Amino acid sequence: MSGAKEGLLPEGASYGNLVGTVADPLMRRRMGRWYWGGLALALLMSLVLAGSLAWLFIEGIGIFGNNTTIVWGFPIANYVWWVGIGNAGTLISSMLLLTRQPWRAAINRFAEAMTLFAVSIAGIFPIIHLGRPYLSYWLAPYPNTMQLWPQWRSALVWDFAAIVTYLLFSVMFFYIGLIPDLATLRDRAQSRTGRVLYGIFALGWRGSARHWARHDAVYRAMAAMAVPLVVSVHSVVGLDFAAGLMPGWQETIFPPYFVVGALFSGFAMVVVLAALMRWGFGLQSLLTMRHFEAMAKIILAASVIMGISYATEWLMSWYGGERAERSFLHHQLAGSDALLYWSMIAFNVAVPQVLWLPAARRSLPVLIGVSLLINVGMWLERILIIWDTLSHGYLPSMWRPWHTSLWDWTILAGSLGFYALLFLVFARVLPVVSMHDMGKLLHEREDAG
Amino acid sequence: MTAPLILAEFRDPNTLLAAARRAREAGLRELDAHTPFAVDGLPEALGLRGSRLRLAMLLAGLGAAAFTYALCWYSAVVDYPFNTGGRALHTWQVFLVLSFEAGILAAALAGFIGFFVANGLPRLHDRVFGAPDFERASQDRFFLSVADPAADEARLAALLDGLGPVSVRAVAP
Repeated sequence: MSGAKEGLLPEGASYGNLVGTVADPLMRRRMGRWYWGGLALALLMSLVLAGSLAWLFIEGIGIFGNNTTIVWGFPIANYVWWVGIGNAGTLISSMLLLTRQPWRAAINRFAEAMTLFAVSIAGIFPIIHLGRPYLSYWLAPYPNTMQLWPQWRSALVWDFAAIVTYLLFSVMFFYIGLIPDLATLRDRAQSRTGRVLYGIFALGWRGSARHWARHDAVYRAMAAMAVPLVVSVHSVVGLDFAAGLMPGWQETIFPPYFVVGALFSGFAMVVVLAALMRWGFGLQSLLTMRHFEAMAKIILAASVIMGISYATEWLMSWYGGERAERSFLHHQLAGSDALLYWSMIAFNVAVPQVLWLPAARRSLPVLIGVSLLINVGMWLERILIIWDTLSHGYLPSMWRPWHTSLWDWTILAGSLGFYALLFLVFARVLPVVSMHDMGKLLHEREDAG
Repeated sequence: MTAPLILAEFRDPNTLLAAARRAREAGLRELDAHTPFAVDGLPEALGLRGSRLRLAMLLAGLGAAAFTYALCWYSAVVDYPFNTGGRALHTWQVFLVLSFEAGILAAALAGFIGFFVANGLPRLHDRVFGAPDFERASQDRFFLSVADPAADEARLAALLDGLGPVSVRAVAP
C-alpha cells in the first residue's frame, strides 16, 4: 500500500518536496498577525510568570492559597499536570518507533519538543513549592561540609531523580533526532546567518552511512529506554501520593493510574498543538486526518481506562470498609467540591466517549473541543487529588476548606504562557516535522509499492 | 597522503544501494555514502561493521545503577543511619527506584557522548562539503563515496554503467 493511499504522505511526494514543505515555511514564509499576536501574548504571560515568581521568592510560600492543612495546592497539581503532558511526547516518539508505526514520522518532532518544554516547566514547581527554594540543591548527593546525605526515603528525592533524568534524557533524545534536520536547514538556508547558525548546531553532520548507522543504533536504544523511563517517571509522581498515609492516596493503583492519566492528557495536548501547527504552517499534506484519527483512538482507550480507574477507587474505598476512606469518598462525590469532581468525570470519561463515532474522530473541531476539555479535566483531577484528600484526612479537627490566591492563578496562567512562548519560538526556528523520518517513510512506502 | 575521494550522485536510494553493492563486489575499499536519511540495508551493502555503541550504553547503565545502589546503601546503612519511624535502614525498594533512574541517565549519556566521539563530530570541515551539489546530500540526493587509491572517475563510472548516476566526480582535496 502506498503512503498516499493511506493518507500519510501527500500525493506525488518526492524527497525534495517533502523537505520543502517542512523547511520552506521556516526559510521564507513571513509569519502573519496571528503569530505575532500570539507571541506578544505569550511573552506578556511569561513576564507575569517571572513577576509572580519574583514575588514568591521575596515574600515566601505564604502567597499561595495553601494553609496548614492543605499544605500542597496549585504548585504540586501543576507539577503533576505538566509532567503528564510531557510524558505523551516521549511515548509517541519512542513507542511508535519501536512498534514501527508509519504515522509517527509526522508527529514525533513536535511531540518531543512538547515533552521538553513541559518537563522544563514541570521542574520549576517542586522547587517553588519549597519553603526555602534556594536550598533545593540539597536534594543532590554531593560531598558537603554539613556531612549530610539526602533522605532516600523521601518522595521529594525520588521526584528530583526522576525529573532530572527525564529532562536530560529528553534533551539528548531530541537533539540526536534533530541533528540531521539541522544539517538540512544549513544546506538550504538562504542567508549567511542561517547557514552559520544552523551549521554550528548541525556540528558538521554530513549524512555519512557510518554516522547514520550509529545514529540509528543510539536512537533506537534510547527509544527502548524511554518507554520504561516514562513509566517510571510518572509512577514516581504517583508514589509521591501513594506513599503518603492519607485516605484517597494510599492506593496501589496510583502509579499505573497516573501513567495512563499522563498519556491521556498528553495525547490531548498533542492533538491541540498538531491542529494549531497544521493550520499555522500549512502542513495539511503531512499532518493528515489519519494522524488525528489514530490519536483519537488512543485518547478514547485512555479515557476508558481512566473511567475504570475511578470506579476502582470508589469500589476499594467502599469495600475496604475503613471509616476515613468511606467518609472521604462521600466527601469526594457529594462534598463541597463535588461540582468540580463531577466536571472532571464528565470531561475525562463521559465526553471522550463521543470518539466511538468515526465521524467525530475525523472532525477536527470535535477533536479539539474534546482535547481541550480533557486537559481541563485532567488538571481538575490533579488539584482534586490534593484538595479532597488534604482537606478531609483522618482527623476531623484538621478539616479545612481550601482557597486559591491570586498568585496561584498567575503562576498557572504564566506557566501556560511561557509554554506557548517556547513553542512559538521553536516552531519558527526548527522544523516541526522530522524531515529525515519523512524521507525514510517515503522510501519504505515506495519499496512496498 | 589520503586517497582521492570520488563521489557518485544518485537520485534515489535504491539505485544507491545497487551502486554500493556493485562497488563492494568490485573489491573497492573505503566506501561510504551520504544520504538525507538512514537507508535500510545500506550499511550491509557497503560492508560496514556493526556499531558497538549499545554495548557501551549497557555497561554505563549497569555501572551507574550499581554505583547508585551502593551509594544509597553506604549512606543510609553505614555512614548516616537514620531511624525514621522504625523503618528498615536498608530500604532496597526505594534504592532501586534511584538506581534505575541513574542507570537510564548514564546509559543515555554514554550513547550521546559515544555517538559524537565515534563519528568524529563536531567537525568544522570535511572535504566532501567542497563537492558540487553536496548540499543536496541532506535533502534529496544520494551520494556514494569511494576513497580507494585503486579507483578513479573513469573506472567508477564504468562500474556504475546502467545505474544512471547524475554525476561521477573526484573531489578536490
